[in-house]
Amino acid sequence: MLGRLWDTDGFWAFRHSPAAILAAVVAILIFGGALLAPWIAQSNPYDLATFTLMDGLLPPVWEDGADPRFLLGTDDQGRDMVSAILYGARLSLLIGLMAMLIATVLGVGLGLAAGYYGGRLDAIVMRIADVQLALPAILTALLIDGIARGILPTSAHENLRVVVLTIAIALSLWVNFARTARASTFVERNKEYVQAAIIMGQHPLRVMFWHILPNILGPLLVIMTVDLASAILLEATLSFLGIGLPADSPSLGTLIRIGMQFLLSGEWWILWVPTLFLIALVVSINILGDFLRDAFNPRLR
Amino acid sequence: MLDVKNLTVTFPSRRGDFTAIQDVSIQVKPGEIHGLVGESGAGKSTIGAAIIGLLQPPGYVASGLMTLGDTDLCALTPEQAHEVRGDRISMIFQDPQTSLNPLMTIEDQLIETIQAHSDVSTSAARKRAVDLLEEIGIKNAADRIGAYPHQFSGGMRQRVVIALALCTDPELIIADEPTTALDVAVQSQVLDLIRQLADARDIAFILITHDIGVIAQITDNVTVLRGGRVMETGATERVLGAPEHPYTKSLMAAVPRLDRKLDRFLVPGDGGPPTASDKQGVDAEAWLLEGVQEGGLALEVDSLTVRFAGTRTSLFRKPDPYVALQDVSLTVPAGRVLGLVGESGSGKSTLAKAICGLVNPSGGNMRLGDAALPYGKARARRDPSRRVVQMVFQDPYSSLNARHRIGDILAEPLALYGLEPDKAARHALAIGMLRLVELEPDVIDRYPHQFSGGQRQRIAVARALLARPRFLICDEPTSALDVSIQAQILNLLKDLQAKFNLTILFISHNLAVVRQMADDVAVLQSGQIVEAGPSETFFEAPKATYSKSLLSLTPATNF
Repeated sequence: MLGRLWDTDGFWAFRHSPAAILAAVVAILIFGGALLAPWIAQSNPYDLATFTLMDGLLPPVWEDGADPRFLLGTDDQGRDMVSAILYGARLSLLIGLMAMLIATVLGVGLGLAAGYYGGRLDAIVMRIADVQLALPAILTALLIDGIARGILPTSAHENLRVVVLTIAIALSLWVNFARTARASTFVERNKEYVQAAIIMGQHPLRVMFWHILPNILGPLLVIMTVDLASAILLEATLSFLGIGLPADSPSLGTLIRIGMQFLLSGEWWILWVPTLFLIALVVSINILGDFLRDAFNPRLR
Repeated sequence: MLDVKNLTVTFPSRRGDFTAIQDVSIQVKPGEIHGLVGESGAGKSTIGAAIIGLLQPPGYVASGLMTLGDTDLCALTPEQAHEVRGDRISMIFQDPQTSLNPLMTIEDQLIETIQAHSDVSTSAARKRAVDLLEEIGIKNAADRIGAYPHQFSGGMRQRVVIALALCTDPELIIADEPTTALDVAVQSQVLDLIRQLADARDIAFILITHDIGVIAQITDNVTVLRGGRVMETGATERVLGAPEHPYTKSLMAAVPRLDRKLDRFLVPGDGGPPTASDKQGVDAEAWLLEGVQEGGLALEVDSLTVRFAGTRTSLFRKPDPYVALQDVSLTVPAGRVLGLVGESGSGKSTLAKAICGLVNPSGGNMRLGDAALPYGKARARRDPSRRVVQMVFQDPYSSLNARHRIGDILAEPLALYGLEPDKAARHALAIGMLRLVELEPDVIDRYPHQFSGGQRQRIAVARALLARPRFLICDEPTSALDVSIQAQILNLLKDLQAKFNLTILFISHNLAVVRQMADDVAVLQSGQIVEAGPSETFFEAPKATYSKSLLSLTPATNF
């Protein structure tokens, strides 16, 4: 099984693309670090007992006056930057992945139905998608955040901020999936294997999900990777602007926002370390997405 | 004049070098039409591409000599090759739809080509273009030259493509499947034109085709290729009439004859109707026979009319409907094969779709056996006709779901119609059915892309049969297949029809195929039945004028 995967054209192209390999290594390191944060980070940024103000504002180890315990320095609270980033990436990736998955399910479901049935359903779904496209993601997030604030009690809202943020991001991303799924479904629908299934009298849901979906998965997988990067960036933007997560549950965006205060005061690492980390994460995911798009495109093969 | 000696073309790939053409030698004299014939993968088009210097990278000429007159085609620099291309060698492609630029008028395309190769004024080039169009048989060329390609019919477009190839007065024209996309009537005109040009202008043609009929009609000499090697070469009449090489013999045996009906194609490796020898095959056969004890069902179609929404010409007016079928009435008697013939656009496939419920008719009645057959939209998902009527599609590459295993594809009708509740029994039946269509049982875990077109069509037939149908629609089941594979599939269909006494509606544009398959024939022209009757009567003494012209235009392959 593994041998066969190793031998496929896609994997062959992967083995011969240094950029893709580098991106995969970076992405795996970041995902692994985020996943294992509670075990490998030396302090927990959520737990006030694990750090002291005495260690505040220490520079990275290669600067003068550094403390070897803190590889990339500490922030003003005395939190270890490495630990903060690992925990921050954990939260960012969780929100990004969940938002991407919700957007996939919503978008693919609606897109498949629109492409399969066509006509009025198609028109309604696609006009909603057009409206959604006209609204900037930040506006959508603000809207949902505002609604959530209005209908939920304050304490519940604070607890549900992650959920609200995830839904807001998902709602601004589903359109990509819906459009791609609809266009591919239109093409597949007229192929003879789908017509054969319809003639046999198979249930429309079975035709859509058992027959058509596996055949349009290629482009959707590519969009999933690219949109994962978008979701992470969107979360960072929203948190940076203060709409997303509060300062005590640091995601990458929150860390960057905190770091902004120190940009001109000499403690550059508090801003730059999480920023570079975010760039590395997003760029590597995007390179992988580009690679997948080429690998899945039969015309470039 | 053109002399190709020991040409070998190699395509390097990561799995080693693939030799597409091996040791091929061809000579073509001025005024000669030289046919290259072979089945898919024979390397016909690769030879053409090598001669004109347009091999798809990473392919390259590994060894051999190609000379045109005194010019060594292998030794040219890219610039010199570009000069030769167009100037001395031209090319005609298969599809006139895509080889003309849809956004340029015919005039602009011709003038552009003429001026690219000779330094003449626009008005002189225009005059030359008009003369060329007159020469290839476009009337009122001076008026029509300003038209866009879509304003011409398919045959006219192919004439324009030929005019483009003639612009520079080439010595050699390579025609790659020039008539494959055309109907027989147009095909015969285009072939006549090619013959005329070869005789009048002394142009040498290399005609690449898979169609033995085309080869027989116009070529002087023919080279039969298989797997990149020359099997046999010589004068067309000799090679086709008295083939020496076993491959040519089997190829000729597989070509359906228009002049008489044979019981089956005598292709090599065909030992008469197969007898299922192993237990699984026998079981599947018994199971099928049990389901079709009653035999096939008769189909009656009574004044069926199908209209589609036409193209909108005004924003405020409802578009006029396009009538695909007009008052079509026909009967397929139980247990017989009706051949439905007609050119493209005549409504053959629309009729098939109306019968199986994909298209909603706007009037008329259909009866299957004793029961009325409801229209597509009114037909329930659980309607018994969904099982009883099955269809074999034209394109075996898209009629099987590429992401499902063969076992799942075959078991689907069994589970869907509740024919076999037990999963293990379904698996066994699927294997038995594979034996019946002469495939190995161990292919059951493979995916469709691992099969050739013919094998896929066998799987499609197996899937249709597993629903225990009593009425089978075959919509051009072999037109995407090579001729030897076509013979095998037709033999298979004949055997299965005889064994299970199926009623078959056999749709084809190929009259020779229909003659071999059908008991009765119906001819469709622009959505109307022009003639219907027993097959032998139709082929011996057609009544309608349209049928007569169809029959006379079909290239005959008998020698």
